[in-house]
Amino acid sequence: MEPSSERFPLTRHSVVLAVRSSDAPQRQRAWERLVEAYWKPVYKYLRLQWRADGEQARDWTQEFFARALEKGFFDRFDPARARFRTFLRVCVDGMVGKEREAAQRQKRGGGVAPLSLDFAAAEGELAGLEPPAPEQMDDYFHREWMKSLFEGALRELEAILRAAGKERLWHLLVRYDLEAPGRLEKLSYAEVGRELGWSVTQVTNGLHSVRRQLRERVLARLRELCSDDDEYRAEARALLGVDPR
Amino acid sequence: MNDADDATRDAASPTPSRSPLSDAALDQLRAVLDEPDLGATRYELREPLGRGGMGTVWRAFDRELQRDVALKVLDEPVPERAAAMAEQLLAEARVLARLEHPGIVPVHDVGTLPDGRVYVAMKQVRGERLDRAMTSGLEEAQRHRLFARIAETVAFAHSRGVLHRDLKPQNLMVGEFGEVLVLDWGLAVALRGEAALREVAPAKAEAAEGEARAGTPGWMAPEQAAGGPIDERADVHALGRLVDALWPDGRERPLRAIVAKATAAAPAARYATVAELAADVERWRAGAAVSALPEAWPQRFARHYRRYRAAYWLIGTYVVLRIAFELWRARVAGAA
Repeated sequence: MEPSSERFPLTRHSVVLAVRSSDAPQRQRAWERLVEAYWKPVYKYLRLQWRADGEQARDWTQEFFARALEKGFFDRFDPARARFRTFLRVCVDGMVGKEREAAQRQKRGGGVAPLSLDFAAAEGELAGLEPPAPEQMDDYFHREWMKSLFEGALRELEAILRAAGKERLWHLLVRYDLEAPGRLEKLSYAEVGRELGWSVTQVTNGLHSVRRQLRERVLARLRELCSDDDEYRAEARALLGVDPR
Repeated sequence: MNDADDATRDAASPTPSRSPLSDAALDQLRAVLDEPDLGATRYELREPLGRGGMGTVWRAFDRELQRDVALKVLDEPVPERAAAMAEQLLAEARVLARLEHPGIVPVHDVGTLPDGRVYVAMKQVRGERLDRAMTSGLEEAQRHRLFARIAETVAFAHSRGVLHRDLKPQNLMVGEFGEVLVLDWGLAVALRGEAALREVAPAKAEAAEGEARAGTPGWMAPEQAAGGPIDERADVHALGRLVDALWPDGRERPLRAIVAKATAAAPAARYATVAELAADVERWRAGAAVSALPEAWPQRFARHYRRYRAAYWLIGTYVVLRIAFELWRARVAGAA
C-alpha cells in the first residue's frame, strides 16, 4: 500500500472507529490504514506463533484482512474492553482456528482479491530471527506494531521531503538515526555536516526539524489507530518512552 | 520549517536507501523524537537525566554562563492539555523561586521553546537519590543527619506557606558532600490562607482546597488520598513514613511510637509541625524521652539506665564495695 497524505490526510479521526462507518469510502480508507499498520505484525505473528510457513501465513494474512472488510470483523471491537491490537490478535487466532478446521474438510478456494503487501520484505526480516518464547509473544507483537507505525510515518515523511526537494533533510535522518542508532557509535554532527555541506548548526537545526516532522506524523498515525483520547495519551506516552510513575 | 529546511532545497545530494527498521533504530527514534529544540535558547542539549509525570529533565549546557544546568522540559503529547501542563510547570518554578534554601534546588530561568513547550532551567544537582542511597547502606549518624536536614527544609517551606505533598525517598537527593535536596515540587500547594502563594501560583493555591488527591500511595496521608483539606500534617505523615524507611529494622519502642504518631490516621493525633517531629527524632537519638511515648517509672528507669549505663555501674560498684567495706569493718570492730 502506498501512503499518501493527499489520499488520506493527517486527521484526528480514529480509523479504528471509522472502519465501522456506514459511509463506504470512509470505511474503505480506514480499513486501508489499518491494513498498513497491522499487516506485517499479523504476518510475523502467524509465522512465529502459529508456525505457519511463508505461503500459508501470506494466505492467512490476505484472508484475514479481506474478511475483516467483507464480514465486518472489526464491528465487534469495543474500546472499553480491550485495546484494538489485542482485539485484532484474538480475531486472527479465531480465524486461524476456523481455517485449520475447514482445511480438514476441504481445501479453501480462492475468490479473495489479493492485497498488494510486500511479504518478501517481511519474510526477509524474519530470516535468522530466533522465535520469541510464547510468553514474549505479546511484547513481540507490540514491538512489530510499533515498527509498522514508525515505518509508515517514515515512508510518508520521505515522500513529502523528496517532493519538496528536501532530500538532504531525509539524508540527515537516515544517516543519523536510522543507519547509526545508539549514542556510542553515532556520527558526529561535524561528520554529517561534511557529507551534506552544512555547518554544525545547520545539522542540529535540521535534525530537530526532521525529527519534529516525523514525530508529528507518528503521533497523527497513532491517534488514528486509537479509539479515544485517553487511549491515545497512554499510547503516546508509552511509545515515546515516558516512565510510568 | 526553519533555515535548515530552506538550505535543503537541493535534490542533487545522494539519498541513502533505507532498510527495514531495525530494533536499534526503533529505540533510537523513540528516544530522540521528543528531544527539545533548544536552537533559540542559550542552552545546548546534552543527555536525559530522568523523566517525570509532566516532562523530561535534561542535562544542558548554558553557553552564556558556561555551566551545566538541569533543564526540565514539558512533554506535550496532546495540544489541548499543553496549556494546563505549562501552567503547572510554571507554577512549580514560581514556587521554587520563592523558596530560597540550601535544601531546595534554585531555579535559574524559565522560557518557551520554538515548538511551544515550556522549560525550566535549574541548578544541576549531583548526587544520589535517597532510595538508592538507602539500599547501599547508610551509617546511623548519617541517617540522623539526613533526616534532620530534610525536616529542616520541609519546615522552611511550610514557614513560607508551601506544602510539598509528595515527600518520598525518590524525591530526595543526597549530594556529593552530604547535603540534602528536596526535589519535585510539582505537586506543591499553598497552605490555607497563604496569600503570597496565590499571587505567584493561583492554580496551586486553589488546589489546596480542591484537588488534594495527588500524591504517592503509601506515602500520602489518608486525608490527602481522600481529596480532603490538608495542612502541614500531610507532610508530617510522609516524613513519618520516611523515618520508618530510614530505620526499617528499628524495634525500639520510642522509634515505633514516633512513627506511629507521625503516621496516625487522624491528623489531630499527629505532630502538629515538622519541627515537633524532628525534635522527637533528635530526642530519640540522644536517648532522651520522646513526646510520642509517655513513660511510667520502670520505662523511665530503663531508659536512664541505657543512657547512663557506665554511671549506674560506677555508682553500683561503689555502693556494693562500700557496703562490703562497712560490713568488714563492723566485723573487725566486733571481733575486737
